[in-house]
Amino acid sequence: MAAGAHTGRVDMAGALRSAGFTGVVAFGLFLPLIAFKTDVDGSNQLVLTTRWPLFLALVAVCSASRFFYALLVGPWLARRALRPARPRPAWRNTIANWLVPCGIGFLVLYPAIVFFTAGFSGGQKWIDNLGVQILIYVMLGWGLNIVVGLAGLLDLGYVAFYAVGAYSYALLAKTFGLSFWLLLPLAGILSSFWGVLLGFPVLRLRGDYLAIVTLAFGEIIRLILINWVALTNGYAGIISIPRPTFFGIPFTAGDDGFAAVFGLPFSPLYRITFLYYLILALALITCFVTVRLRRLPIGRAWEALREDEIACRSLGINTTNTKLTAFALGAMFAGFAGSFFAAREAFISPESFTFIESATILSIVVLGGMGSQIGVVIAAIVMIGGTELLRELDFLKDVFGPTFDPTQYRMLLFGFALVAIMIWRPRGLIATREPSVFLKERKTISAEMVKEGRG
Amino acid sequence: MAADDTVLRVEHLTMRFGGLVAINDLSFEVERGTITALIGPNGAGKTTVFNCITGFYKPTEGRIALHRGDATVWHALDALTDSGKRGIVRPDGALFLLERMPDHLVAQQARVARTFQNIRLFPGMTVLENLLVAQHNALMVASGYTLLGVLGFPSYAAAERAALDKARGWLDRFGLLARADDPAGDLPYGAQRRLEVVRAMCTEPVLLCLDEPAAGLNPRESAELNDLLLGIRDDHSLSILLIEHDMSVVMGISDSVVVLDYGVKIADGTPETVRNDQKVIAAYLGVADEDVAKVEAAVGL
Ligand SMILES: Nc1ncnc2c1ncn2[C@@H]1O[C@H](COP(=O)(O)OP(=O)(O)OP(=O)(O)O)[C@@H](O)[C@H]1O
Ligand SMILES: [Mg+2]
Repeated sequence: MAAGAHTGRVDMAGALRSAGFTGVVAFGLFLPLIAFKTDVDGSNQLVLTTRWPLFLALVAVCSASRFFYALLVGPWLARRALRPARPRPAWRNTIANWLVPCGIGFLVLYPAIVFFTAGFSGGQKWIDNLGVQILIYVMLGWGLNIVVGLAGLLDLGYVAFYAVGAYSYALLAKTFGLSFWLLLPLAGILSSFWGVLLGFPVLRLRGDYLAIVTLAFGEIIRLILINWVALTNGYAGIISIPRPTFFGIPFTAGDDGFAAVFGLPFSPLYRITFLYYLILALALITCFVTVRLRRLPIGRAWEALREDEIACRSLGINTTNTKLTAFALGAMFAGFAGSFFAAREAFISPESFTFIESATILSIVVLGGMGSQIGVVIAAIVMIGGTELLRELDFLKDVFGPTFDPTQYRMLLFGFALVAIMIWRPRGLIATREPSVFLKERKTISAEMVKEGRG
Repeated sequence: MAADDTVLRVEHLTMRFGGLVAINDLSFEVERGTITALIGPNGAGKTTVFNCITGFYKPTEGRIALHRGDATVWHALDALTDSGKRGIVRPDGALFLLERMPDHLVAQQARVARTFQNIRLFPGMTVLENLLVAQHNALMVASGYTLLGVLGFPSYAAAERAALDKARGWLDRFGLLARADDPAGDLPYGAQRRLEVVRAMCTEPVLLCLDEPAAGLNPRESAELNDLLLGIRDDHSLSILLIEHDMSVVMGISDSVVVLDYGVKIADGTPETVRNDQKVIAAYLGVADEDVAKVEAAVGL
């Protein structure tokens, strides 16, 4: 970083130097990636094409943005860091107090708002594609938050438990015809069983090693799902999984269907709305339980474990069991979400449980601020809602041509978001910690104090 | 057989790390309600002794027995050793072989608490939360292993109130009450050292092992800590095992002293006898025995 960034002064020479350096790095990086391109021509031969203007433009952009960062943004950040922290203004406390009840109220009214504004036709898009999708990830984020945010165990294979939940529901419902309401808790229990099974040998590992083993576990589960064709039907997946019923009444067009029983005209929207409230309830239960657990000895032990495992052991805390409960509980919520997912889609295949899902859930937790419930919600809205909204940006086709598909740029935007967070809020959007108990006054704990855990 | 009110008995303790013998055939005893200081030059093996007692290291050889309750429980020691069990709990007392127990059970069942040479608090949690974590096992039972707690049973609320009262009492005694809601990492160094002692006390130990509690304290803080330690020794008939480099602290508050050098016990006894022991002086001043008198004269001892 340029010297000016530390002192808050404008340092032209330093900025130029770092811009030059960035330019060299970008040159080296983009030369093979962008400047040269191979295409297969009509006679099936490879031809080398060059894209010098694009290449040079990208190098220039990188260099110039680094120049401005070093010249202006860096010193500004440094000055801001030097300023004494101001106490939180009163209006922000007011907002914080009203945020949760208002948020829940909004979520409960959301389907009604959609019907009034977008009509029945918009319901599918706004409730199912956006609302339900985001809520699934909020729930998964909250579940993973127990493991990563509270207990400080880096789990890169969380999607495995999601898959166990989904396949448990799909297989048991199809084979034995058991109802959704019975299988939902059962899927959670099976997932947490797998969590314990994985946790037992693995939790003696720490930090990076734990992360790698959990990553491998996620892949193993996926490979089992692909290769155990007799049970899981491999790549083809499981189709026509029974959908959840309204306490026994199916959402079908038949005579005993939901619409007929309640004397309403048939519409798929009832099912969608029902699913929305179902996942909302599941997510709120996850949140409620997590918030509750944080104030119980087990939750404090998780956080203490994240802060200092050796000290925990010296206080008589069985760290293996404490880690296992975190793992099992996180897995259980993933199992609930998984069975919901299977029931909602009515079709599952190993495609849905790839590493990128684990990475998405983990980025939601990390972006939101590890351990923060609200942070997870914001991050899920931004990451999942954002990518869903990319589909809406049709006007970009006018700009970039008809072949331009904004959803292809999802990963690029993820990357940008992560880099931006790393620069501005390295501990996530909401990095402060609220103490679980207090004598006189609840003082928010700043991020510098709180440890991230070493597994 | 051990004296009637012995709490801890370390016998022939040896700890090797590969070729390095960190502790060599060490034996000593700690009496109930006394402060025993463990002293020795840097690298003598003091912290290693603590790690063996508290179950963090498994000793290469030796027996570490901890006792509470009636003195007659000691008679069961040899039978217990042969039985291969970790300990016995009887209505009139309990006896544990610490070298057989994992670290958390040493704290939970044998009730040995410790502090660390480099402070190990939970810096991102408040002072109060640190003390509640210390009462984890009792609260865990009260919360029905979390089940009753999640459902909001009132029995847990009562237990938590009791835990908070206990924490408040200790904080008041150690002059930390005003900082109860601050993150532990925000406290000044001396307060962190005291908090670590308070946190250990919240586990209701029968033996408290303090690894250099006065390190880095100024003379006034150090004197305050001495008074506090003497106070808890007397009020709770607590036994304290203390590692300390500051000789004024050692001489001021300890009832007996064990001196280690290169893992070997070179002296033990009252502070008076140890202070005048030629071997001890030689070890501390780093000179041969015959030169001690010369050096003593030079530094004005
Ligand atoms: N885990 C370990 N592995 C290898 N060697 C160790 C280990 N722990 C301690 N030692 C060695 O054992 C010896 C005694 O160390 P110990 O920390 O017990 O000394 P100490 O008396 O506490 O010293 P100080 O006064 O500096 O704290 C040292 O030589 C140390 O290097
Ligand atoms: Mg030491």
